[in-house]
Amino acid sequence: MSDLAAKTARAPRNTGRLLRTMLPALSMTLILLGIAWLNPRAISYFGFSLMLNLAIPIALATVAQMFVITINELDLSIGTFVGFVGCVTATWLHDAPLVGVLVLVAAIGVYAGLGALIHLRNLPSIVVTLGMSFVWQGLAILILPKPGGSAPEWLTGFMGIKTPFVPFPIIAAVVIALVVHFALMRSAYGAVLRGAGGNQQAIGRAGWSLLKTKVIMFALTGTFGVISGMALIGITTSADANIGNGYTLLSIAGVILGGGEFVGGRVSPIGAVIGALTLALAASPLLTFMNIPPDWQVAANGVILITVLAARALIGRKGG
Amino acid sequence: MADPAHSVAKLDGVKKSFGAVHALDGVDFSVRSGECIGLVGHNGAGKSTLMSILAGTGSPDEGLIAINGAPQAAWTIQRARALGLRCVFQELSLCPNLSVAENTRVSHAALNGWGGARRAADLIRTSLDEIFPGHGISPQDIVGDLAIGQRQMVEVARAFTVTDDPLHLVILDEPTSSLDAQTARQLLAHVRRAVAKGISCILISHILGEIIETSDRVVVMRDGMVVADAAAKGLTRETLVAAMGGAHLRDKTVRSDHKDAQPLVVAVPGTIGLQARRGEIIGLAGLAGHGQTRMLMQVFDAAGRQGGVVQVSSAVALVAGDRQTDGIFPLWSIAKNISVRSLGALRRGVFISAEAEAAMAVDWREKIGIRTDDLNNNILSLSGGNQQKALFARALGSDAQIILMDDPMRGVDVGTKLDVYDLIRAEAQRGRTFLWYTTETEELDNCDRVYVFRNGQIVAALDHSELTEERILQSSFAEGAA
Repeated sequence: MSDLAAKTARAPRNTGRLLRTMLPALSMTLILLGIAWLNPRAISYFGFSLMLNLAIPIALATVAQMFVITINELDLSIGTFVGFVGCVTATWLHDAPLVGVLVLVAAIGVYAGLGALIHLRNLPSIVVTLGMSFVWQGLAILILPKPGGSAPEWLTGFMGIKTPFVPFPIIAAVVIALVVHFALMRSAYGAVLRGAGGNQQAIGRAGWSLLKTKVIMFALTGTFGVISGMALIGITTSADANIGNGYTLLSIAGVILGGGEFVGGRVSPIGAVIGALTLALAASPLLTFMNIPPDWQVAANGVILITVLAARALIGRKGG
Repeated sequence: MADPAHSVAKLDGVKKSFGAVHALDGVDFSVRSGECIGLVGHNGAGKSTLMSILAGTGSPDEGLIAINGAPQAAWTIQRARALGLRCVFQELSLCPNLSVAENTRVSHAALNGWGGARRAADLIRTSLDEIFPGHGISPQDIVGDLAIGQRQMVEVARAFTVTDDPLHLVILDEPTSSLDAQTARQLLAHVRRAVAKGISCILISHILGEIIETSDRVVVMRDGMVVADAAAKGLTRETLVAAMGGAHLRDKTVRSDHKDAQPLVVAVPGTIGLQARRGEIIGLAGLAGHGQTRMLMQVFDAAGRQGGVVQVSSAVALVAGDRQTDGIFPLWSIAKNISVRSLGALRRGVFISAEAEAAMAVDWREKIGIRTDDLNNNILSLSGGNQQKALFARALGSDAQIILMDDPMRGVDVGTKLDVYDLIRAEAQRGRTFLWYTTETEELDNCDRVYVFRNGQIVAALDHSELTEERILQSSFAEGAA
């Protein structure tokens, strides 16, 4: 309840907001400092290339998740979808590129259709996408019953680019963050899309189609899911039907870590990408350097996640 | 006035039903260019429904809509906007997660491309400066951070912005309900300026004084029909209330009973401390957002706690003013919304007794007159004023002896208000204490004592006998600066 005179209320409000916007960058800095302290040699061109190797597909999946979270929905199928795309990439896209492209475009179409279905029938997206996660998983297993396949050479070539001075994953992350930031946060229609998450009645009354906003956001999720799956295969060079399963929760955590909120259309593309990188760094490099055995790494990863999210919640409450 | 043949908008025989309730029962309504129409009526008289049809958000079951003399076959929001109709809805239509400028962009498709953000910011700043000088709102402010009054200012200012669509008619549904007296006057002055420029306005308000002062013509609705349509000149509050078929306006109540002997139930220390005795109705006045709500929250937090600076000796219940945010549970039924404060008392063993809950809801529907045929309907099926009645029922039906009211009469019609005033007085007689923050000076007549707030401080305590609008305004604006 902000019933203070506007002047007195403004100052603390902005510090709170500033802290909250800075938190993703701050937590990543902390993790980087930890890594630098434990293993100074990791802070190098080669070290970053290695540590952030798998961060790009995670960042892409996180951005994909962010689009649906913007409109108060959730995609529980993004992980298996990334796996499905991976299997298509390592088989059809390699053997019969035209078929592969058609299948991937059709998959984006399915996402757009889900958006329309969820809007028109007023279904909870959690249920629909939970169901779809089994569909994607099943299809992935049909396409590639056992791990294998091989990535198209142009893709592995692209993902393996050696850029001068700054490692490729960092450049890719910056490009993704900026492109999505300008599209969603700066453009006029981006404001409409976010507004649909904030107050959909207001958007409807301003004369915009809510169906269109849902379809576009789900299609964007599908598109970034496809790019994520392809990037993943470009790095790993072969696929496995279960390759993306962990991405569902990682992507949700990345969005929240990056300053997004589950409802209300409050998201930040730059934050989401930073959140994804933080998770990728915290996942194994940091823990390995801390000499935590692999058996405990998943649990330790969870503890890091809880710590950062708790800090975010605390700051959010103070600033709210 | 303008040529009577030139009607900007004309509705003919419009009918609309929601289930068994006839919200509109054959309404004829027209607006001429350069005219301000005041639209009044009780809650549920059909004003908002009529306006939503005119604005294109609702479609009529029957009836014709003509704009500038041309009948409209497919009437949609998009078409309404293209033809120059704007509506400021009763529940605000801003996106809380977007900035003021972005909200402006959302309502103007023309503000796209490079520089669109800057043009949107300039547009809304100009409009705010023109309507509400000294508003203190920046286009970059996030709407969710603004106080409700500021949000309303943004929404009004946005309705008056023009890009490539023309602007002929602005519908203002309860535009002043969250504004303090000064800002409300700024808005009404702007309405007159706009009308002088040839823009038409429809003004819906429960504050009859501002309707009579601002409008050229007043249309009165009752039970889904237009029952009176007359030039505003010569109308009085009494004639309007009579036309609305509402309860009669009472003479000012004279208060003679002394309550000084009653025990103190609320005590807040300060330069001028706040004190409330058992059975007293205490008014919190001053300009909107000067610390009244914070005071209520302090009392609320202190209840049931020992040893704080604020002393509260009994259970409290709050009637929220911003009902969409702080009041209703939008997914719950009317009955559940009423009973939620009293679940402890409605328990049989460990479970809530469904019968007791239903009985309580039915009891309060009768006492306070909630207009619904089924209390198990969703709370959002009620009109705004009836939702507020449900919130009153929730507080008054509880075991709380101290009732805090956070400007609860926003957008509530005169008849309901008078009913609720009676109820409040009766409950006070029975020993309940009321702390009542209100932005409507008339309501303070019901209070035994009024505290005036400025910049978060109590600056004056006025007894009922020394209470006048001038004294309150004086205290609110003391030292010549607002």
